[in-house]
Amino acid sequence: MANPLYRKNIISIPDFSREELELVVETAARLKAEPRHDLLKDKLIASCFFEPSTRTRLSFETAVQRLGGRVIGFADGGNTSARKGETLADSIKIIASYTDAVVMRHPREGAARLASEFSSVPVINGGDGANQHPTQTLLDLFTIKETQGTLQELAVAFVGDLKYGRTVHSLTQALSLFNCRFYFVAPEALAMPDYICEELDERGISYTLAASLEEVIPEIDVLYMTRVQRERFDEAEFKKIQGKFVLRAEMLRHARDNMKILHPLPRVDEIDVDVDATPHAYYFEQAENGVYAREALLALVLNETV
Amino acid sequence: MQYTRTVEALKEGTVIDHIPAGQGMKILRLFRLAETGERVTVGLNLSSRHMGSKDLIKVENIALTEDQANELALFAPKATVNVIENFEVVKKHQLELPETILGIFACPNSNCISHNEPVQSFFYVKAHGHDTKMKCKYCEKVFSKDIVVEVR
Repeated sequence: MANPLYRKNIISIPDFSREELELVVETAARLKAEPRHDLLKDKLIASCFFEPSTRTRLSFETAVQRLGGRVIGFADGGNTSARKGETLADSIKIIASYTDAVVMRHPREGAARLASEFSSVPVINGGDGANQHPTQTLLDLFTIKETQGTLQELAVAFVGDLKYGRTVHSLTQALSLFNCRFYFVAPEALAMPDYICEELDERGISYTLAASLEEVIPEIDVLYMTRVQRERFDEAEFKKIQGKFVLRAEMLRHARDNMKILHPLPRVDEIDVDVDATPHAYYFEQAENGVYAREALLALVLNETV
Repeated sequence: MQYTRTVEALKEGTVIDHIPAGQGMKILRLFRLAETGERVTVGLNLSSRHMGSKDLIKVENIALTEDQANELALFAPKATVNVIENFEVVKKHQLELPETILGIFACPNSNCISHNEPVQSFFYVKAHGHDTKMKCKYCEKVFSKDIVVEVR
């Protein structure tokens, strides 16, 4: 029987069942331990970045090439017919006719869902505006499983910009399928949106709104840091906030041994460089895991069995 | 008191009654009833025993479907929709919130891809306490019903 993601579009985390998330995570672990060079043999993947990206695009293209596939595409929508006024629907119809799958990033929300309606091959969302970035969530889940041995019933703190951070919203939705407990640490202006908290209430998931980073550190297995964008605050306010939401090595004294720090990167100054040398830092490994998570996804979408 | 008819009786068509006063014109516009070419009679701010005042729309020769009637539930959940044939009410629609809505409203998110592409808008509808929430299929943003219906 074909795996449940075979020939599926990968658009949004709420589309995934718990079993499908587990399948991606397990496949990523297998491909990390035993690299395969044949899973995308003779496959041509379109890498369509209508908006620039560093890690996502390079890790997708690395994943394709590591699995023996080939890539065509563009890294900036400015050079495509989109600039001449072509609709995304038309562009995707044509690109899909050349290739076996389309990986895309686009500045407008909903672009990947729309593309999937016009594409004859699977579409994989590499980010659509402020909406979804499902492969980031998949690599986060893989990294959490790798460091904790389970996804089940973990205590996870999210820190920083919880209002606009799409990675935070998707990861919360995904982890709520595994009965995790959450701590949300954010300035009031960047608090977790109501609709996410309401979803958690409906599912009976417990979460705590915490005022400071230090009080939650001894309680948690995973600390997920995000960047607070300076431009969202005036200078004085930012300074006040900065002190509260910046992680320094000395704050980790009471952390559990198994506690790992993740960050979707790029970091600016919310994690002091002195944290990098602690055994809790795991954000660079997390970024590397992006390649394995994307390998797993591409392999599952393009092969009946992996 | 002597009762006088303010609106002529309908032979064939649909009567939408008990519309909250102020919503009648909006319904007329969104459902493009004026563009049907049929005779449409509109009553605004009519007196109503139960509602104080109400709006009413009669459309000749057009029978509203179940789906169209349910879309009305977004503006006027207590409206009554009667389909008339030969001066008789042949069907009374019980309005229920639809699960999805295709077309009709534009997504309030200006950065949503649905605006400049060859697709119709599409919302998932969910009752939420006293409010009704609408989630755009494309940008996945969730809006309170009142925000969506005001946009167009």
